[in-house]
Amino acid sequence: MTEKTLRKGNEALAEGAIRAGCRFFAGYPITPQNEVPEYMSAHMADAGGAFVQAESEVAAINMVYGAASTGTRSMTSSSSPGVSLKQEGITYLASADLPCLIVNVMRGGPGLGSISGAQGDYFQATRGGGNGDYHIIVLAPNSVEELGNFPKMAFELAEKYRMPCMILADGILGQMMESMSFHFDPVDPNTLGKFDWAVDINKNGRKKNNVFSYKGDNLIADVVERAKRYGYIEKTEPRFESRQTEDCDVLLVAYGLSSRACMEAVVKGREEGLKVGLFRPITLWPFPSQALRDAAKNAKAVVCVEQSLGQLVQDVKLSLNGAKPVYLNAYPAGGQPDGGTILPAVKSALNGGTEGLFDLQRHAEGFSYECKRDTSLGIQGDWKGGK
Amino acid sequence: MTILAQRPKSLLDVPMHYCPGCGHGIVHRLMAETFDELDIAQRIIGVAPVGCAVFADSYFACDMVQGAHGRGPAIATGIKRSKPGAIVFSYQGDGDLASIGMAEIVHAAVRSENITVIFINNAIYGMTGGQMAPTTLVGQVATTAPKGRDPKLQGWPINMCEMLAQITGSKYLARVAVDSAQNVMKAKQAIKKAFENQVNGVGFSMVEVISQCPTNWGATPMQALEFVRTKMIPQYPLGVFKDEGAK
Repeated sequence: MTEKTLRKGNEALAEGAIRAGCRFFAGYPITPQNEVPEYMSAHMADAGGAFVQAESEVAAINMVYGAASTGTRSMTSSSSPGVSLKQEGITYLASADLPCLIVNVMRGGPGLGSISGAQGDYFQATRGGGNGDYHIIVLAPNSVEELGNFPKMAFELAEKYRMPCMILADGILGQMMESMSFHFDPVDPNTLGKFDWAVDINKNGRKKNNVFSYKGDNLIADVVERAKRYGYIEKTEPRFESRQTEDCDVLLVAYGLSSRACMEAVVKGREEGLKVGLFRPITLWPFPSQALRDAAKNAKAVVCVEQSLGQLVQDVKLSLNGAKPVYLNAYPAGGQPDGGTILPAVKSALNGGTEGLFDLQRHAEGFSYECKRDTSLGIQGDWKGGK
Repeated sequence: MTILAQRPKSLLDVPMHYCPGCGHGIVHRLMAETFDELDIAQRIIGVAPVGCAVFADSYFACDMVQGAHGRGPAIATGIKRSKPGAIVFSYQGDGDLASIGMAEIVHAAVRSENITVIFINNAIYGMTGGQMAPTTLVGQVATTAPKGRDPKLQGWPINMCEMLAQITGSKYLARVAVDSAQNVMKAKQAIKKAFENQVNGVGFSMVEVISQCPTNWGATPMQALEFVRTKMIPQYPLGVFKDEGAK
């Protein structure tokens, strides 16, 4: 363990990745993750690795595809719209069974959105994001210290299961500074063994290795076989943190920075005599469903706190499968929770109120909408296409 | 008994799936001969494309990576930067390199990645069944240009060697054809040079091969060769557009 130092989240992440043995990084500028490629450009060469500022997010993830094919610990980072562009490469990486680290320092969306921190990419991260049947492992840190220490876990999980691993952080986490230390000795990747599947030079009589994504007639067998790994991961790799859940009446569920605000709500709520607890999934896929069911066992209600429009809440509902009432305290598109905004939701969940609880259909109560064409503005024009 | 010609060791003894009269097989052989002659077979890592050559990873004896359409130069960059001792090639068709992968090829040249690109230009999307490519000739019929390519609607064919020659990082650019014994021999020289450059650390090298696609051109193999000579080469003149490897 290193001494405590004050570090910015993105820089802790980049340094943590190099310490974890990352020796290839490709990225493209986008706020709020720019400190990651900046740090890599300054330090990767000294570590004996390669940094490439790619021409696009698409190129960056495909450079990672190439580097990961050689067994090199490889990484790219970006923020929401950039991660959308990377989805092509991510599904190919999943298909070719390649380990790598992808970081999403989330910002507000959809589209170009805003540069404020947000959590709107939960679905994209946990449901695949690209085409086809696949999963990636998704880790959600909630502190600068975890940002710095998760890359090692990410590379180890990615390599153990031959699949991409994502660290899903958010803009504020990447930008804020905290005291942190690294809990592991730097990894020298030159001392790690080789993989029997990687492409390499000097085969010296071993079989030829191909890394490929087109499976043709073997696709069904390939996808079904890989699904065994997914099932095994769901059973063995869920990670979570429980805070004061044993006696809680209301269980808060939150990941990442939202969970820090929830801790404030737990403390404040208990000062007011409300028995509040917190369940924080650390792996968003595999989602710690069994642990959540255990944590919610004695709760009267579950409140999901997320900086999105109701994404995490779907996994919470799937996990609890109707056993408990599940409510949503939502801060979409860059909104930020704090203890003061969460506690009203806790009280509403207990007393049947609505303050602080977001429900999409109630949100639209008394509202109707229809966009119409208007010929008084003129007509669209000639339908004949052409140039 | 004297053996005059045999399969290069760098090419596997497997049936290829290419159509009769197609140029891919010839180019594969020229590359494999080059690997053997330069004694770099143990160092080669190839990148196979999406398109007709998607199965190229089954034909070369070296380790290979098959990636997404157009991304070959980016994938090759990742391989080369993490295995600098490897001799890395990206094998791409015209839709792959000059359309969906335009950014990747241009910026691989801009960075002067020390890789070798083999670019097969047959003016058509082959694997998908004959759609218009960025290199399709004016007037040439394709399944998405049923009346022939009309510059007013679809613009003009793109000449990649001439375009990439504007980029400082491009170190070797040659256009060759495989329509005749003489041109095949010239193509071999260019391919060999493009790999020698990589061995010598010269930088980005690309050979564009004008190739024939009888199936999607609706031609016999002999008619396809005639099309290369009378239609393709006038649009895509053969020659060396940049050669800084000798300096």
